Amino acid sequence: MSEYLLEVKDLKQHFPIRTGWFSSKPLKAVDGVSFEIKPGETLGLVGESGCGKTTVGRTILHLYKPTSGEIIYNGQQITPQNIHNFRQEMQIVFQDPYSSLNPRMTVSDIVGEPLDIHKLYGTKGERADRINELLRLVGLNSDHARRYAHEFSGGQRQRIGIARALAVNPKFIVCDEPVSALDVSIQAQVINTFEDLQEKLGIAYLFIAHDLLVVKHISQRIAVMYLGRIVEIADADEVIAHPMHPYTQSLISAIPIPDPNTARTRQRIPLEGDVPSPLNMPSGCAFRTRCRYATERCAQECPGLTEIGPGHRIACWNPHE
Amino acid sequence: MNEPLLQVKNLCTSFNVDSGEVRAVNGISFNLDKGKVLGIVGESGSGKSVTAYSIMRILVEPGRITGGQILFNGEDIVQYSKKQMREFRGKRVSIIFQDPMTSLNPVYTIGNQLREAILLHTDRNHEQANARALEMLQLVGVNEPEKRLKQYPHELSGGMRQRVMIAMALACEPDILIADEPTTALDVTIQAQILELMQSLQKKMGMAIIMITHDLGVIADMCDEIIVMYAGRICERGTADEIFYNPRHEYTKGLLRSIPRLDAGHTRLIPIAGSPVDLTNMPKGCAFASRCDNCMKICLSELPEELDINDFHKASCWMNVKQVYDEAAAEKEADSK
Repeated sequence: MSEYLLEVKDLKQHFPIRTGWFSSKPLKAVDGVSFEIKPGETLGLVGESGCGKTTVGRTILHLYKPTSGEIIYNGQQITPQNIHNFRQEMQIVFQDPYSSLNPRMTVSDIVGEPLDIHKLYGTKGERADRINELLRLVGLNSDHARRYAHEFSGGQRQRIGIARALAVNPKFIVCDEPVSALDVSIQAQVINTFEDLQEKLGIAYLFIAHDLLVVKHISQRIAVMYLGRIVEIADADEVIAHPMHPYTQSLISAIPIPDPNTARTRQRIPLEGDVPSPLNMPSGCAFRTRCRYATERCAQECPGLTEIGPGHRIACWNPHE
Repeated sequence: MNEPLLQVKNLCTSFNVDSGEVRAVNGISFNLDKGKVLGIVGESGSGKSVTAYSIMRILVEPGRITGGQILFNGEDIVQYSKKQMREFRGKRVSIIFQDPMTSLNPVYTIGNQLREAILLHTDRNHEQANARALEMLQLVGVNEPEKRLKQYPHELSGGMRQRVMIAMALACEPDILIADEPTTALDVTIQAQILELMQSLQKKMGMAIIMITHDLGVIADMCDEIIVMYAGRICERGTADEIFYNPRHEYTKGLLRSIPRLDAGHTRLIPIAGSPVDLTNMPKGCAFASRCDNCMKICLSELPEELDINDFHKASCWMNVKQVYDEAAAEKEADSK
């Protein structure tokens, strides 16, 4: 047994895009992503829209069938044939608490459905007890069980989504932008819930978000994605304090800091232009078209992730401090 | 005396829905001086966008202004006719919206949409309008502007579209630009580009900006003055430094505590308890009372009045009144000793 709960090796997810009647072109949403997550750890996955972070999360759970690559959970490789055995171990919480809950089901039906599917109770009474326990765990109470999703606010709905994911006692949860649809004051409540659950139940998270402040807060390690590849991965503090990839540097310098003095004195590293289309990727390093340090080599060869410090890996030919 | 450019006096905007009257904006007053950047921050449902729509008079039915005045250069625009408003919008005050994907018309070219505003508000002819459109696109940093004029919105990226929106809003040199969550739909790096652009254009053209956002980071970066709104009322206002370093309303304090910090080590976030207030069923006293840690008896029954903290700072919170009493009591005690 390895020390990792989940290992992802060279994961690729290409979607065919029709370009004519009989021709299609692959859209490389995820193009060779590798990372590991230890039991009880949170890995933050950040990047801008279209970088493939959500696709990574969904592909791990086989919500999309991966084009190639390996997903190894607890030493066992996950395939489309055996994914059902892992559904109890791996769950997901979605971004939008409004569309991810069925409006025709009561909260007890929503939270109870995974229990039904996996036959995790003996009697009806046990089922009801378990649902109440789950609701209490995420900060709701048993009165809520008979209501419908529309009767709740955004933050409460997200808690229902979390309770549903927890129903089967998973060891790993993919959190796909779970707080970005929520107001600031509610966001903090939900983040604290995630942290409490991790402490209590030892769950590992893949925490996908675009808000670096949130990701820095909740993660032990952070992976930064750009156009389907991981460009930098390291401990959370290390990524924020000493980013080495030019993209990470720009990304961190662009975070709006809620502090007027810092905002006034801070130097931004502006990024020119827009993200290239993933259908028409630049040769070599995908970031070279917007990179300050791009050289000829960057256009020819794609850099792989290389270790530059303890646990700190980047994909760049000429990193600068 | 120097009159402010825009004076909002006791503005009330309501929506009559089945479940009753929703007072989205509940008696707010503020001034905006020439060339200043005013930030309005608040959560969803706090009434910040409705304030903007009221100033532009673009409220959607059943929303209407039920009271108060909006004085622009001393004239009350609430009394303006439809025709007067058409002239006012775009020329005097412009607005850019949150979502650049839906605020451009998909069936007209960028050039067509830019020219429309210019032809309507200035006496330029078609060719001059075209030249002006080109000039504006260059000003907002759109690459290959000649080509863009002939393109449709769907051919541009989100950041580019927001730049086009800004170009359109500023084409007739308005005195006020209202930006309603202008960067919320954009990525961080693009957001930084757009904010920088707005700052540089503000310096160049000297218009005033009302920046509406829920993001305290964006506010800290951009604004001279800040208004914090909760449940349709202003709970605190002041300079950026005062609001961030000396918050005097429990809601503002709570907001600042609940955001993760980049520099801090791992400390637990302190969220604001409860959920936002139901606008159809507003409490009698302070709207924030039910979520406030320091709620007192008076907070439940009476609305706090706005109190001057100092020359640059006002807040509507009973805690400040209590503090004044406590200080006076402490002084008395010291005297008697």
